[in-house]
Amino acid sequence: MKRREGLAKLTGREPYVDDLPFDGGLWGATVRSPLPRGRIREIRFGAGVDWSEMIVVDHRDVPGRNVIKLIVDDQPVLAAGEVRHVHEAVLLLAHPSRALLRRAVRAVEVVVDPLPPVLDYRRPPAREQIQHGDDNVFKRLAIDKGDVDAAFAAAAHVVEGIYQTGAQEHVYLEPQGMLAWLEGEGEREVVVVRGSMQCPYYVHEALCYALGRPAERVRVIQAPTGGGFGGKEEFPSGVAIHAALLALKARRPVKLVYERGEDMAATTKRHPSWVRHRTAFDAGGNLLAQDVEVVLDAGAYVTLSPVVLSRGVIHAAGPYRCPNVRIRGRAVLANFVPAGAFRGFGAPQTLFACERHMDRCARVLGLEPAELRRRNLLRDGDATATGQRIDDGTDREALLDRALKLAGWEAKRTAHRSWNAEQPFRRRGLGLATFFHGAGFTGAGEVYLASRAHVAGLADGRVEVRTAATEMGQGTITIFTQIAAARLGLEPEQVVIAEPDTARVPNSGPTVASRTAMIVGRLVEKACDDLRRRLGVGDAAPGAAVVEAIRAWHRQHPGEEPVGEGRYEPPPGIHWDEEHYRGDAYGTYGWAAYVAEVEVDLRTYVVTVIDFVAVQEVGKVLNETLARGQIQGGVVQAIGWALLEELKVEGGAMRNNQLTNYVIPTSEDVPPIRVAFVENPYPHGAQGAKGIGELPMDGPAPAIANAVADALGVDPCAIPLTPERLMALVEGEDEAPVAGAA
Amino acid sequence: MSEPRNVEPAAEASRVTATLRVNGEDHTVVFPVHHTLLEVLREGCGLTGTKHGCELGECGACAVLLDGRPVLSCLVLAAEAAGHEVETVEGLQEGNRLHPLQAAFADLGAAQCGYCTPGILMTAKALLAQNPEPTAEEIEEALAGNLCRCTGYRKIVQAVAWAAAILRGEEERPPEEAFLGSPLPEVRR
Ligand code: FES
Ligand code: FES
Repeated sequence: MKRREGLAKLTGREPYVDDLPFDGGLWGATVRSPLPRGRIREIRFGAGVDWSEMIVVDHRDVPGRNVIKLIVDDQPVLAAGEVRHVHEAVLLLAHPSRALLRRAVRAVEVVVDPLPPVLDYRRPPAREQIQHGDDNVFKRLAIDKGDVDAAFAAAAHVVEGIYQTGAQEHVYLEPQGMLAWLEGEGEREVVVVRGSMQCPYYVHEALCYALGRPAERVRVIQAPTGGGFGGKEEFPSGVAIHAALLALKARRPVKLVYERGEDMAATTKRHPSWVRHRTAFDAGGNLLAQDVEVVLDAGAYVTLSPVVLSRGVIHAAGPYRCPNVRIRGRAVLANFVPAGAFRGFGAPQTLFACERHMDRCARVLGLEPAELRRRNLLRDGDATATGQRIDDGTDREALLDRALKLAGWEAKRTAHRSWNAEQPFRRRGLGLATFFHGAGFTGAGEVYLASRAHVAGLADGRVEVRTAATEMGQGTITIFTQIAAARLGLEPEQVVIAEPDTARVPNSGPTVASRTAMIVGRLVEKACDDLRRRLGVGDAAPGAAVVEAIRAWHRQHPGEEPVGEGRYEPPPGIHWDEEHYRGDAYGTYGWAAYVAEVEVDLRTYVVTVIDFVAVQEVGKVLNETLARGQIQGGVVQAIGWALLEELKVEGGAMRNNQLTNYVIPTSEDVPPIRVAFVENPYPHGAQGAKGIGELPMDGPAPAIANAVADALGVDPCAIPLTPERLMALVEGEDEAPVAGAA
Repeated sequence: MSEPRNVEPAAEASRVTATLRVNGEDHTVVFPVHHTLLEVLREGCGLTGTKHGCELGECGACAVLLDGRPVLSCLVLAAEAAGHEVETVEGLQEGNRLHPLQAAFADLGAAQCGYCTPGILMTAKALLAQNPEPTAEEIEEALAGNLCRCTGYRKIVQAVAWAAAILRGEEERPPEEAFLGSPLPEVRR
């Protein structure tokens, strides 16, 4: 089936938030902190602006709790005295003229008495830098399996390494934006927000909390969203509250759309990471023990860091069989914009460390990288670091072999040796990564979410799928149409997908964690089954019978529609011990083996990826075109993270907040990407699907770094592998530090 | 959506009236003299298909054609576009028939979130007008100023090549292998 969401996007008719008319409305803007930490002494309203015609909102205008609700109540909607990062929101302005508004933002001076900031998350904080608990640690997690110390004592080989990754900006092409307005009067007044977002019910809950309103007096609608990648998971809640506060004060519609520079500087980033591995092997190259320490730079507020850390530590030991594992993780404060959700959610960081380390181990042990992995990859019946028994019938060694074969590994290896010997300035290399990605929420997350989906029969006999799952480029509408049509025996044209509107759709959970097709899709299937039951149509009855039954229902119950509901139930036999981090961390995993081929120019130290192979098992592939698109897009984002994208941070602020100096891949930077799927249907996902969207973010960075190591005989341990960093490495200097919140 | 007329009294004096020819239709619009073609297309003409991702000439989302040549509409003053033919994504379709570029993008899934798509379609149209049989490298080069964060570009390059083939009268859909390597491999159970 073709993409259903395609047509409006291809003809310019897709109404993104900034395309929406709002006659008589005002534009909103945000005034931000100039310093990484301090107390606000004064706010000065400068000359040259008629402040009487400007709508001004500060923390005193927040009617409910001055908190952006998420996990911990620490992040204010608007700073109330203390600021904790540069670009923290302090004041909001609105005016009908954008030109005057821009002038007004420049005319406000936020005077801050500085306090000592934490600018490097890796250093232990001094007493005067403490801002959370007694050590600035937002969250600690531990995973223990077997007896690590005894295993090290008996090891034939011990290999150590420290690996670091930098921050990454999402660069969704459409900046953050919200339109807020009021409907109804007095007690019945409803705040309505429409905008760019992944999770309408997160925004809804945050609005209720900050505005002090009951659920029915807040309505949130997702506008078509120009990319998210996690950057529109939690951050839009704050933008929505800001737009709503301005609309409430102005009593007029307010549109708040970020400019690119503001968006890049002030929104969340991927967590920078520091990971130390100490690994024990027996004489045969079998893993005996893994001792891993993970530190994530969480930025100034907690946001989602506890759950990002959770996914990070669970993936830190890789897809390997190891009887003894000790993982210690912590997410720590730094006075920088909060790190947040970003495709992969902690796993790309720890898998970079794990897979780069495996290559280093292979070298020490005198084994081929593929051979070391082949000896240690999980086989059915083995258990992961959390003790989860893997028994899904997927042959992970076969995935690896297929990737090697598609890449032409052996032949290229030989060819590279002679090519490298002949070339004066250029070197080629091959690198590999084998990895996994837990699909859906971690641990008991899905049980807490208790998601629901509806499928309603419309008067004309069509059905409407109602979920809060958002389309932001992944093809949600196509996939749900396919799932409902197949389940009810209908043509795609007989299926309508409801706009995610909290007044109309049930809470099917956030559009994150690669859970939409697998988990929400499964709820849609259940809702279809429930609709058949309510209509008295058997599971095997054809679509025509369903349509006829829907029409008959409407004749018999005028004004009332038949609605089937699907509710989440955990797959049987899943047990997770949150306290000890033991058990089934995810219902299932996607598995993959990626191979990168690189060419390095020794004059410029520029690394070019010249070929890429991505082989994965993601359950049943529901739509081949969309699935390939997810893999290709993820691989290219990861190439950017591995080689190009580096935040320049000074005084706690991102200084390269433009697309000319924060460089993401262009059409000229991408290699051929050969994508292959091995199918192994997952019984608890829609039509056998597993999650897919995040997996391709995990493997490319270590595969590329391993290829550079192969090409040059160096040992890169930090990304992005920019020319500066690679030159330092080749010339034997210390590696340039990776920007944390420096 | 247009800004209320009376809000910038200071700027009133510097407003201009101009007639822009967009997709073959004349639009007479009043706008501040410093406004860009992007702003006037979106706000004055109500043609919001052209997107903005930076308004600094860095992303390509705002690309339109001016007398057939691709320009970044955020860098062109609207006043300078008067008297020239402007083409935007809204003019690509002919009646109900999609332009071959649009059709190829739809079939191959070359638009994901769609935000970069209007700019890419227009840039590609200009390329094909001037080079009916571009190589993959030539397509990549022509699109190097159009950022896309979703697709990884492979399907975009593939769709442009296919649209070029259709425009040359070679309607046959090229096999997937030609672009992506292996098709869906043997199914293991
Ligand atoms: S908006 Fe014109 S190039 Fe980005
Ligand atoms: S499709 Fe989203 S930016 Fe290109």
